[in-house]
Amino acid sequence: MKKAIYLSTALTALAVAAHAQTTINVVSWGGAYGKSQVEAYDKPFTAKTGIEVNMIDADNPATPLKAQVEAGNVTTDVADVEMSDAIRYCDEGLIVPIDPKDLPPAPDGTPAAQDFLPGALPGCAVASIVFSTVYGYDTTKFKDNPPTTIADFFDTKKYPGKRGLRKGAKVNLEIALMADGVPAADVYKVLGTPEGVDRAFKKLDAIKKDVVWWEAGAQPPQLLADGEVAMTTAYNGRLFNAQVADKKPFKIVWDGQVMEWDLFVIPKGAPHMKEAMEYVKFATSTEQLAEQAKWIAYGPARKSSGPLVGKFMDGVTEMKPNMPTNPDNMKNSTTVDSAFWADHGTELEQRFNSWLAAN
Amino acid sequence: MADTTAALLTTADGKPLKAALVRAQSRARRRALLLVLPLLLFILVSFVLPIGELLKQSVENDYFTANMPRTVQWFQTHPAGTPPDEAAFAAVALDLKDGYTARTAPLAGTRVNYDMPGTRSLFTSTARKAAQMQPPYKDALLAADPKWGDPMLWATMRRVAPAISDDFYLAALDRTRDVNGNIVQVSQDQRIYIMLFLRTFGLAAAITFICFLMGYPVAHLLATLPLRKSNLLMILVLLPFWTSLLVRTTAWIVLLQREGVVNDVLVWLGIIDNQHRLAMMYNQTGTIIAMTHILLPFMILPLYSVMRPIPPSYARAARSLGATSWTTFRRIYFPQTLPGIGAGSLLVFILAVGYYITPALVGGASGQLISNLIAFHLQNSLNWSLGAALAALLLVAVILLYWLYDRLVGIDKLKLG
Repeated sequence: MKKAIYLSTALTALAVAAHAQTTINVVSWGGAYGKSQVEAYDKPFTAKTGIEVNMIDADNPATPLKAQVEAGNVTTDVADVEMSDAIRYCDEGLIVPIDPKDLPPAPDGTPAAQDFLPGALPGCAVASIVFSTVYGYDTTKFKDNPPTTIADFFDTKKYPGKRGLRKGAKVNLEIALMADGVPAADVYKVLGTPEGVDRAFKKLDAIKKDVVWWEAGAQPPQLLADGEVAMTTAYNGRLFNAQVADKKPFKIVWDGQVMEWDLFVIPKGAPHMKEAMEYVKFATSTEQLAEQAKWIAYGPARKSSGPLVGKFMDGVTEMKPNMPTNPDNMKNSTTVDSAFWADHGTELEQRFNSWLAAN
Repeated sequence: MADTTAALLTTADGKPLKAALVRAQSRARRRALLLVLPLLLFILVSFVLPIGELLKQSVENDYFTANMPRTVQWFQTHPAGTPPDEAAFAAVALDLKDGYTARTAPLAGTRVNYDMPGTRSLFTSTARKAAQMQPPYKDALLAADPKWGDPMLWATMRRVAPAISDDFYLAALDRTRDVNGNIVQVSQDQRIYIMLFLRTFGLAAAITFICFLMGYPVAHLLATLPLRKSNLLMILVLLPFWTSLLVRTTAWIVLLQREGVVNDVLVWLGIIDNQHRLAMMYNQTGTIIAMTHILLPFMILPLYSVMRPIPPSYARAARSLGATSWTTFRRIYFPQTLPGIGAGSLLVFILAVGYYITPALVGGASGQLISNLIAFHLQNSLNWSLGAALAALLLVAVILLYWLYDRLVGIDKLKLG
């Protein structure tokens, strides 16, 4: 009897040890997006390599990463971050360089460096998807005269009701300028001048009293579903999932969308560096990126993944018209200028906080 | 005389009684110390050390100092006001060259950027070009970017050169230094912290007062009812106290939001019409309501523990001597409950001042408190030094308040139960 206990204890300990050796921690954004990664990357990865993937949700995965590296206690193996954070962390040496030569080529043999969309490989990070901030509205509230442009979002006379906006300066200032008539291509030129910043804040002033501010990506579809807001900005994939998977009467307005990259990074001192690299290579391969598009409406970062994108997991909805990168959706759109935000983020976010707190 | 008598006394085994007593006492003291040691160590490791580290962060930031050694050296050897010469430009260029290979130039840029927005990319882009730079470095740097000729940039670099500075405290008070080193207010649209400190203290005071108004009668009822009934009521006070904070806050969102239960009922009753639903959530009202509810037990419990032992005979004596019920309350009962009011108010106020989750969830724009900005700097902007300075100011304000309370009321009068 005693022997059996010893044996089972030893076996359990062994099992735990073996388990611990091959589990990597991936920090991502959770919600519908996190689920798409579990389905498209994690499950096939574990099936292929036997390495378990432990997904950890964060409001912004870049935040715990910095804290971990600076404290010298890194538990994250892979993190999914935005471009501005990827560039900043790469500059500051918080994440390890990733050579495009190590990434798998496209099925037709095109090297990864050429296969990824321009700007998707900034040195220490590998982009997986393009997502965009768009606005969505409740179709039951605007039946006869639906909003179609970004300017309509700021027009509370014609389209009464509360608005949802992300609590932060980034993206909101860009949207405000486009709504004020600045051509998408000139947004950052205008925002680089003090007058341009004033202009953006003045535009935001127009709807300030009607805004409900959100912070986590899962909030805006909820606000819209609860009827707390009539329109809200949101990440396009979250709205898509609410529309298609949850059958909500929402509609996306693509005019004035602001696109951004999501990228995989590996922190310096990651406990499972080798496995983490394996994961990044696997997840950003042509097939896996196309596979993710089955679960959420974000555009794959590889050109070769485009043709493989088919239908949503419900088997009915075509994904291509719902991608931010679809040409029809890109007529009036801009991409976040990460260099601009690395420089002016401190000042503009401070001004935003000050603006927000003042009554 | 006493001494000699003591010296003569011995214990059963012949040792002097005094020495044996001292030994026994020191043994008891050691044992007592051993018993509190775990807690002492725990407090030291989990409380004193992190707070010390935080306070250090608020005055020390070596992003620039550690990564631009030659430039720092130049600032040390040349007094303030010296225009940058070729040696200064050479120091910057060589530091950036090293910074590029070690990937530390952006850190130096980040530090300067805190005080002078728009300079971070100046450091990263110049560092990229620094490897090819040849003397004279002044021309090389100005060719790389004309911003290097800006006197404000040099004044800022001089200011951030020492690792230890009061910069973050100035920033936390909406102040900065101009090109001549005078302390000035930051521009109107960047001011926020003083206003938020005032709002935080104002809201905390309002919440404390509402808690007092609502808690006092409840505590009195609890203290005067027969034990069986008051125990039942006490459970009602404690029940929300045992429920998760997040659940209680979210419950308030469900109740008070525009499409929430309260608004629905009011519309249904015809008190308000559907277009003019009350905004009770995502603003100061929401913060005050939710926080008052959450902090109420912290007021009721100390009040109750003070009221319970007050003998009812005092009030009866006052009445029998001709005092009105109001006079009895004012002159006899109320003064006896003061220690409880003090303890409850201090508890509620201090908790309210540092509250984070509830205002973050229900505060919207106008219900944000200083703690939300501290969290913003620790989690989003990653300017830990500024976050630490704000936290330190909050700590100082609370300690000041505690000291004031001690002077006015006396901390020995505080009664928590």
